Amino acid sequence: MSEATGPAVMTETTVPRFARGTRLQYDRVREVWFIQAPERAFHADPVAAEVLQLVDGTRTLGAVIDLLAEKFAAPRTVIAHDVLAMVAELAEKQVLLHA
Amino acid sequence: MSTPPPPMSLLAELTHRCPLQCPYCSNPLMLDPRTQELGTTEWQRVLDEAASMGVLQVHFSGGEPMARPDLPELVRHAAKAGLYSNLITSGVLIRPESLRALADAELDHIQLSFQDVDPTSADRIANMAGAHAKKLEAARLIAAEGIPLTLNFVIHRQNAEHVPAMLELAEQLGARRVEIAHTQYYGWGLLNRDALLPDRAQIDATTEAVTAARARLAGRMSIDFVTPDYYEDRPKPCMGGWGQRFLNITPTGKVLPCHAAETIPNITFPTVREASLAAIWEDAPIFNLFRGTDWMPQPCQSCAFKEEDWGGCRCQALALAGKADAADPVCHKAPDHGQVMQAIAQRPQTPPPFRYRRFGNA
Ligand code: SF4
Ligand code: SF4
Repeated sequence: MSEATGPAVMTETTVPRFARGTRLQYDRVREVWFIQAPERAFHADPVAAEVLQLVDGTRTLGAVIDLLAEKFAAPRTVIAHDVLAMVAELAEKQVLLHA
Repeated sequence: MSTPPPPMSLLAELTHRCPLQCPYCSNPLMLDPRTQELGTTEWQRVLDEAASMGVLQVHFSGGEPMARPDLPELVRHAAKAGLYSNLITSGVLIRPESLRALADAELDHIQLSFQDVDPTSADRIANMAGAHAKKLEAARLIAAEGIPLTLNFVIHRQNAEHVPAMLELAEQLGARRVEIAHTQYYGWGLLNRDALLPDRAQIDATTEAVTAARARLAGRMSIDFVTPDYYEDRPKPCMGGWGQRFLNITPTGKVLPCHAAETIPNITFPTVREASLAAIWEDAPIFNLFRGTDWMPQPCQSCAFKEEDWGGCRCQALALAGKADAADPVCHKAPDHGQVMQAIAQRPQTPPPFRYRRFGNA
């Protein structure tokens, strides 16, 4: 990584993983998903929760997109767009890293 | 009153004992003695209760929480209960073995505090010789262990110029987050206000340093910045609302809506030795006292910001206006705003000596 830039862009060939100290967690009391991170827990919307449940440190984002396109019977381009935008945001927040 | 939402986070103050004596310590002036501290099994029960209520994160704090030998046991218990665990420490008691025990217990994150970047100044603020060197060593051990690290710097008139160097140190030490937090003025901080309160130029300079570093470090290190609200037009929001998100348990088991709430007079503080955490959260008078907006006086009652800042800090209102249910005097609309203006105007040119935080020094 060069000095002046943030994390490298995540593409369909990227294998993402959770940074140490961050994880996805289901909250049984509120019945919603949360992303647990240093000093804050933020609410994961249903789409983010679907994506993050498939992040296991071995799967590529392309494979994640395939699985979701199938599960929701939705156009792959639409899913791909949403997934890549979401992981970019989470990489910026240091939740996801390149495995 | 309707049922409050479940709490999000718990600040567990395991002990008030601490080898340091920071003059802005957030602990109360009357420190809880060791002999009355909650025991291991009491804390374990509290952690289970908190998790089942919906608490997501537990912050183990103090005093210095590493002064408790049962800390790894409590961290492990929190992990089993599904709680995210954070250790808030001065770092001076961290050794390779004690850190290893915490990592093995699945500690999620460490917040390590520094008093300054200059060792002489840092040790003087903490009133402990060699403290700064120990903290640097602790940071290295934490980075080697791979536990995510936040560095915390408390800023005031005697170290504000060093903010750029603090941010550089955080980067060098491999921190993922850094907090640059100006001192708050209640408890020990209020007692030492003349020695701590910065001037306007110092605040502007720290704001600039933080803005520049944020641009430089985007995506690599995030920076939390807390300004002293004395120079703002509106007060800081009270913990996302009194009794809405946050619980504080003191070393002897008192349950508070805010770490400074013990200053509020004429009210009994419920303890986990007498009642369940859920019952306290829902029904204890101290929690319902300032929940929501019904309790608010004017000008807050008819103010557009009342659900944004919740009328500001109750403890600051008490400390400055003498009544916990007044609008926070920091607010430029508050009847007691003159108190804040006066504190700024009467700030001495030369800071007086610190009154250090220790048992019996208040
Ligand atoms: S602020 Fe300083 S004295 Fe207070 S608990 Fe923290 S390290 Fe100890
Ligand atoms: S009047 Fe009350 S609610 Fe409005 S900004 Fe001031 S403190 Fe906040």
